Amino acid sequence: MHEMSICEGIVQVLEEQAVSQQYQRVKTIWLEIGPLAMVETDALRFCFDAVTRSTLAEGARLEIIELPGLARCLQCAKSVTITTRYDACSECGSLQLQVTQGEELRIKELEVE
Amino acid sequence: MCTVCGCSEGEVSIEGHHHGHSHDQHRHSQGSDSEADSHREVVVVSEGDNLHFGQGPAHAHAPGLSQSRMVQIEQDILGKNDRYAGQNRQRFDAMNLFALNLVSSPGSGKTTLLTASLEKIKGRCSVAVIEGDQHTANDAERIRATGVQAVQVNTGKGCHLDAHMVGHALERFDDLSGGLLFIENVGNLVCPAAFDLGEAHKVAILSVTEGEDKPLKYPDMFYAADLMLLNKIDLLPYLDFDVEQCIAAAKQVNPDIEVIKVSARSGEGINEWLDWIEQHRVARIQRRIEQLNGQISLLQAMV
Repeated sequence: MHEMSICEGIVQVLEEQAVSQQYQRVKTIWLEIGPLAMVETDALRFCFDAVTRSTLAEGARLEIIELPGLARCLQCAKSVTITTRYDACSECGSLQLQVTQGEELRIKELEVE
Repeated sequence: MCTVCGCSEGEVSIEGHHHGHSHDQHRHSQGSDSEADSHREVVVVSEGDNLHFGQGPAHAHAPGLSQSRMVQIEQDILGKNDRYAGQNRQRFDAMNLFALNLVSSPGSGKTTLLTASLEKIKGRCSVAVIEGDQHTANDAERIRATGVQAVQVNTGKGCHLDAHMVGHALERFDDLSGGLLFIENVGNLVCPAAFDLGEAHKVAILSVTEGEDKPLKYPDMFYAADLMLLNKIDLLPYLDFDVEQCIAAAKQVNPDIEVIKVSARSGEGINEWLDWIEQHRVARIQRRIEQLNGQISLLQAMV
């Protein structure tokens, strides 16, 4: 259930940004999440409403942009799509993959007022 | 969560740690009353004009139609934890303190393995343990019974230790320069994988009373760990556990993971595990010497 901590982290970022970016309320939040970010998006949505209550993001819309997972194969040097940590290279079957994208867990953009 | 120091209000307790500030005193102001009033008036007007409120992709939003606007922030959500972890790592390096983050599911034998290890290590160098559990100080008491200093961190409803808790716990110890710090995380094979504490290595402990396929079921943890300790191997004659299959599963998730078979009860493998610690502690110091030498060369070139 660390989705709860992640939501608290989101609210912290929003509160810090509210001071520097001069806004009072957050209306929409766009998150970028990769398949290897260790986050269950349904659980995140569930926690989000509870955590944002009585904050500057109360009632805000949560938009989740799901990024694909990518890795470079150390055997055949091709770039392949992955969805889990234990995927094999779809080209040569090697398990020696270096993840290049998919661990993202970041706030990309906000609609504020 | 407290926005000044990052503490979760009311849930986390660190033995001996008391807050010097009230959490009510530093809530973020949402602007003065007059600002809020004028803002509210504008919003009522603009909301009537704005057909795009709450709809459409961000990039299609027309600025100037209302008070609402787009802010690009591109910020990592775990960035705050990572900053605390970076500070911890700097403190560990400055003290030459080698820190390990021990992670496992509940009941894998982390604490028993740790007490068996501490019995052999204590006296050789300064050692300390940070114990993470939701409730009770039982584990810290088991550590203290070995004569090693320990601080219990109770996370309340939290499912993992974070770097901020570890930073506070570190303040409770006597001088640990040149020593070892074991951080025993909350028993959980999921969430602790996401939270860097500033440690040199994560060590995953898996016992043979669990399933061989656990590394595949909980891949993030075995990917994050540099070493897997396969514990309770004295029980293998009574179980159908397939050691090779388990190691293959761990290597499938993380080809670089090292594996040591241990038994806290019989003592088998404990020396190999302690040798691993010593090798990696020395390797880390060597890397630091190289970094510092590089800096010294740069400085000498400037004189």
